[in-house]
Amino acid sequence: MTLSPRRRRRVVRVAGYVVFVVLILLVVSAADWGTLSEAFFRRDIAESMFPEAITVALRNTIVYTLLAFVFGLTLGLILALLRLSSVAPYRWFATAYIELFRGLPALLVLFMVGYGVPLAFPDREIPGGVYGSVAVGLGLTAAAYMAETIRAGIQAVPKGQLEAARTLGMSHTRAMVSIVLPQAFRIVIPPLTNEIILLTKDTSLVYVLGVTPTTIELTKFAGDTLNTRVNPTPLVVAGLLYLVITLPLSQLVRGLERRAARER
Amino acid sequence: MSTIEISELHKSFGKLEVLRGINLSVEPGEVVCVIGPSGSGKSTLLRCVNLLEEPTAGSIRVAGVEVTDPDCDIDAVRRGIGMVFQQFNLFGHLTVRENITIAQRRVLKRSRAEANRIASVNLDRVGLAEKADAYPAQLSGGQQQRVAIARALAMDPQLMLFDEPTSALDPELVGEVLAVMRGLAAEGMTMLVVTHEMAFAREVANRVVFMDGGVIVEQGPPAEVFGSPREERTRVFLHRVLEPTRVSETEIGAHLKD
Repeated sequence: MTLSPRRRRRVVRVAGYVVFVVLILLVVSAADWGTLSEAFFRRDIAESMFPEAITVALRNTIVYTLLAFVFGLTLGLILALLRLSSVAPYRWFATAYIELFRGLPALLVLFMVGYGVPLAFPDREIPGGVYGSVAVGLGLTAAAYMAETIRAGIQAVPKGQLEAARTLGMSHTRAMVSIVLPQAFRIVIPPLTNEIILLTKDTSLVYVLGVTPTTIELTKFAGDTLNTRVNPTPLVVAGLLYLVITLPLSQLVRGLERRAARER
Repeated sequence: MSTIEISELHKSFGKLEVLRGINLSVEPGEVVCVIGPSGSGKSTLLRCVNLLEEPTAGSIRVAGVEVTDPDCDIDAVRRGIGMVFQQFNLFGHLTVRENITIAQRRVLKRSRAEANRIASVNLDRVGLAEKADAYPAQLSGGQQQRVAIARALAMDPQLMLFDEPTSALDPELVGEVLAVMRGLAAEGMTMLVVTHEMAFAREVANRVVFMDGGVIVEQGPPAEVFGSPREERTRVFLHRVLEPTRVSETEIGAHLKD
């Protein structure tokens, strides 16, 4: 039997769908759902976690994320400007910083800030207690990534924009602030939103600093409940609550990217 | 005092010497058009006048101020020099009105009301009063270039530099920009214009400067330069630009088989 090219394409496509669905069904049916739901979906345990899961754990996760983001964005902007500076030592410093903090695990940096800073400056402490330490500890790493993103954004603004601004008599600084940076930030909003999503998940590392019942975040909260109830259902609850934060952000990124594509 | 006085200007990019000893002056109220083949250094010459390019050697004075002096406050000098670019370079994140007011407010420290009033006057001058609230991306190329001219005029410049202002435009939009420039010339604005629009140069310029290979080959009133060019290089260039369909095969070294 000979098939026309169009028929052959259709047969191949349908065969692909069938294999795909069968594979998924095989995996799903092979699992022991009774035991699984007993372990991961215990309703009573899930219910016992509320309202603290939201009023304390979710809230702290969001606060840690925002603090680290603001600190990281500020430092990242400064690093991006240093990286583009005409002064060579500034560029070297920014490059060294970015390479160092992109290469170190966030957990390590957080730990060093939490325990190293008090040793280095015994008479001072980071303001805000554990909140401040988290902002700095996670922000230092985030800044390295954001610096590269912002640098790319600044370089994506056509050179003529700066020239036109300088031609009108603006100083270099004024031209950057009024003309170049506003356009650069428009370009980097989608990647920066991705950075918030990554930071949200990195807040699960905060436990290394030792948290109290009032400063606890989602992962540690779930872990503690797991230990007392000897059942992993809290992990599922925590996972769902992370998605409550990250899914709308992903949606936002997609919307922003669509809008950017339209404007271009 | 000349508005522009350039003497022995040299400019190199690395090993490439783009300007090789330029002497040129532009008097107040004069319209000078610079023509020449691409790569002849005309745009570089223009960009040296407001120091967008740093000259390698020589001196440039604008209204008596030596811009090549390291102690010169270049931002102050640039306030008096309007510049219009080939690519318009309107600020994409600002409306037309904001494009025209931002430098007035941040540089000249004019009040919002004053800046808006001057923006309206200049938008009217270029025939775009109704586009004040549009964003640049919503305008045609010709409209964008007219806004760019209004933006420069709002700073009350004593000199306007035009860097191939119509080269990026669709042919049917060239006329509206040239009309605005012709109006400016008639009002007595001092203008230095790099252009490929020979008809404009012939009609509007007081003086035409022909550049090739980084030097000024010849200059004079348009009737002379276009009507009876003294230099062979000028003749060849004008022939190619004014009668492109009559450039012969032998002239460009092509050997077409028939």
